[in-house]
Amino acid sequence: MQKALVIDAGKCTGCKQCEMACSYVKEGEFNVAKSRIRVFDFHTEARFVPYTCTQCAEAWCQQACPVNAITTNADGTKIVHENLCVGCKVCTIACPFGTVNYNASTGKVIKCDLCLGSPACAEACPTGAITFQDTEQAGFDKMKVWASQAANAATHEGANVPTAKG
Amino acid sequence: MGWHGKILRINLTDGTIKTEPLNMDWAQKYLGQRGLATKYLVEEINPKVDPLSPENKMIMATGPLTGTAASTGGRYSVITKGALTNAIACSNSGGYFGAELKFAGWDMIIFEGKSPKPVYLTVFDDKVELHDAADIWGKSVWDADEYIKKRHQDPMMHISAIGVAGENQVLYSCIVNDLHRAAGRSGVGAVMGSKNLKAVALRGTKGVKVKDGMRFLKATAAGKKVLQENAVTGQGLPSFGTQVLMNVINEAGAMPTRNHRQVQFEGAHDISAEAMVEPRKTDGHPNLLTNQACFGCTIACGRISKIDENHFSIQNKPQYMHASGGLEYEAAWALGCNTGVDDLEALTMVNFVCNEQGLDPISFGATVSAAMELYDLGLITKETTGGIDLKFGSAEALVKCVELTGKAEGFGKELGLGSLRLCQKYGRPELSMSVKGQEFPAYDSRGIQGMGLTYATSNRGACHLRSYTVSSEILGIPEKTDPLVTDGKPALVKAFQDATAAVDSSGLCVFTTFAWTLNDIAPQIDAACEGEWTPERLLEMGERIWNMERVFNNKAGFTAKDDNLPPRLTSEPAESGPAKGLVNGLEKMLPEYYELRGWTAEGVPTNETLSRLDIA
Repeated sequence: MQKALVIDAGKCTGCKQCEMACSYVKEGEFNVAKSRIRVFDFHTEARFVPYTCTQCAEAWCQQACPVNAITTNADGTKIVHENLCVGCKVCTIACPFGTVNYNASTGKVIKCDLCLGSPACAEACPTGAITFQDTEQAGFDKMKVWASQAANAATHEGANVPTAKG
Repeated sequence: MGWHGKILRINLTDGTIKTEPLNMDWAQKYLGQRGLATKYLVEEINPKVDPLSPENKMIMATGPLTGTAASTGGRYSVITKGALTNAIACSNSGGYFGAELKFAGWDMIIFEGKSPKPVYLTVFDDKVELHDAADIWGKSVWDADEYIKKRHQDPMMHISAIGVAGENQVLYSCIVNDLHRAAGRSGVGAVMGSKNLKAVALRGTKGVKVKDGMRFLKATAAGKKVLQENAVTGQGLPSFGTQVLMNVINEAGAMPTRNHRQVQFEGAHDISAEAMVEPRKTDGHPNLLTNQACFGCTIACGRISKIDENHFSIQNKPQYMHASGGLEYEAAWALGCNTGVDDLEALTMVNFVCNEQGLDPISFGATVSAAMELYDLGLITKETTGGIDLKFGSAEALVKCVELTGKAEGFGKELGLGSLRLCQKYGRPELSMSVKGQEFPAYDSRGIQGMGLTYATSNRGACHLRSYTVSSEILGIPEKTDPLVTDGKPALVKAFQDATAAVDSSGLCVFTTFAWTLNDIAPQIDAACEGEWTPERLLEMGERIWNMERVFNNKAGFTAKDDNLPPRLTSEPAESGPAKGLVNGLEKMLPEYYELRGWTAEGVPTNETLSRLDIA
């Protein structure tokens, strides 16, 4: 089973605990500038949105890498091997989402590797805005909400529409 | 660890920028933020200095837990001699600015002197520069924020700035960071304005390390669990913000109304948290869009609101038509109950302007209500107000007042003096609801007796955040006491004052203390910082900080006479509610308080007290 980070921006309060957890695990210090997940503040729209690598099945970063420093593990996670990375930054250009970034203090690129199976950001999130779920069921919560609305609409719109309850 | 051990010293007079090591001996005695920066200030300035002169200094200080994963670990404070009060000032703010200062590698910034022309400071890690602020002098906090990010091509900067109010040295102007968080009280914005310093913009890429990482993560996780499971911090504050108090305090008969003439406001429900989440009758949308956390905060009490686009207060004013920082309890009370205005949209607009122009909504609202009383008594007229019909309850008048005060125009110049100087000017100083020149916050001390002693003895003038005995007297935290009696309150106030001074020195938010005691906080500090930090040591440190502030104020000229309340609260009984017939019994509490503090009957710390607390 592949698992993915599922982000529900509606639940995010902008507290950045995810960034703190990520930077602590990856850098051994609290440093949001080095976090692989970032929270963006759309101030005038009252929205806070965490964003990170989605682990593309066909990853452009991986295909662009000239030294094969990005590999795929058994869970489908794309991992940068620091010992191979030459810091050319081609992957940062190839990634359509901007989630691979150059770390000037090491001369290598950094990206989310899902903490190799137990992402610290999801663990740290106090509101459930970031969860780690089965990839194939990641949309089910949203489906359930829409299903409920569809059911309501059906019940309210037509008295002559038969429902499961008769 | 926790601390970087480095501070920046900016001399604005000659533009020199120096770095120096943090005094780690002092850090062991005063921890950080409020305590440590106050120590620097009292060592470096003459207590009698004019707060608006170049001889005053202004310190922006973080705590050792600022910029860590501790819940609420994002606070910073501005420490200076207050423009409004002439007393020690320490104004605390959340948002993301404090954490960014740590990420840039600094524990605090000390500003000295006065720049010959308006400037702003940028700090990008070790690159620290002053820039000409001619383009933004005269602009709002919001415009300055946008300008600086554009000019330096860095949307990730976090910025603290003053608005026009601070530039014009409105005596209760504040310093606003991240657009709508503020170091709000005592006129710290006026001090910044007097130094010709418009803004401080930060960007950091360095990390904050702690002493024992595994133990720190364990201690902070345990703390977060306590906050989550507590009814106030886990449910009340995230859902309703501090506004959860509006109906509670009104029912307790402790809601100052119309400049404290009454203690219950008939319109309280209309401006309460509950009203903020109800769909408006006019457009079907609620006032509140979402809650927001400050850096690292797992409570998330911040309010993000959007005003009804058809409301009279924002017509042809597009800058107020988008979402921004909404009403918290103090602002809703000061702008609403205290002026008799029950129009939620108008209050939200006035709150937006306070953020945009850098005004403390508590002192602004309380000054408008004092002016409304003067108007009601015929002591000021439409001629004085420039045509504003300054009646209690008038949303139109309130909206006009905030626009004039923010820009320091017309009658706004008089409102910018604060309530004490305004009421003195019109011959009725007793109508200023203030202590040491600073206006009361949202709790009437006839209905919550301990708050009378809190206000009278607060080192920064009337303030609820120096010892929030409301927790005990109304909410029963940590244990319930009777709000209507004075018995036991001196000890309660002292305990809250000392514990709060410790929390304010750590980098954590005082709102955690709805759920946390020092027993929850000490393990987090202990795992992060060198030294052994026990609850007992923190409490003693809080007492040391309190006495250090007191000594400064005494040297500045304050005496026991200034530990006082306006006569309205000690001689005009409450008219309704549970406290009906009561006045505040300050005279019963004060002598016992001095004794518990180890002070003379004149309110001066004895030599024994000072040496016990190791205050030089």
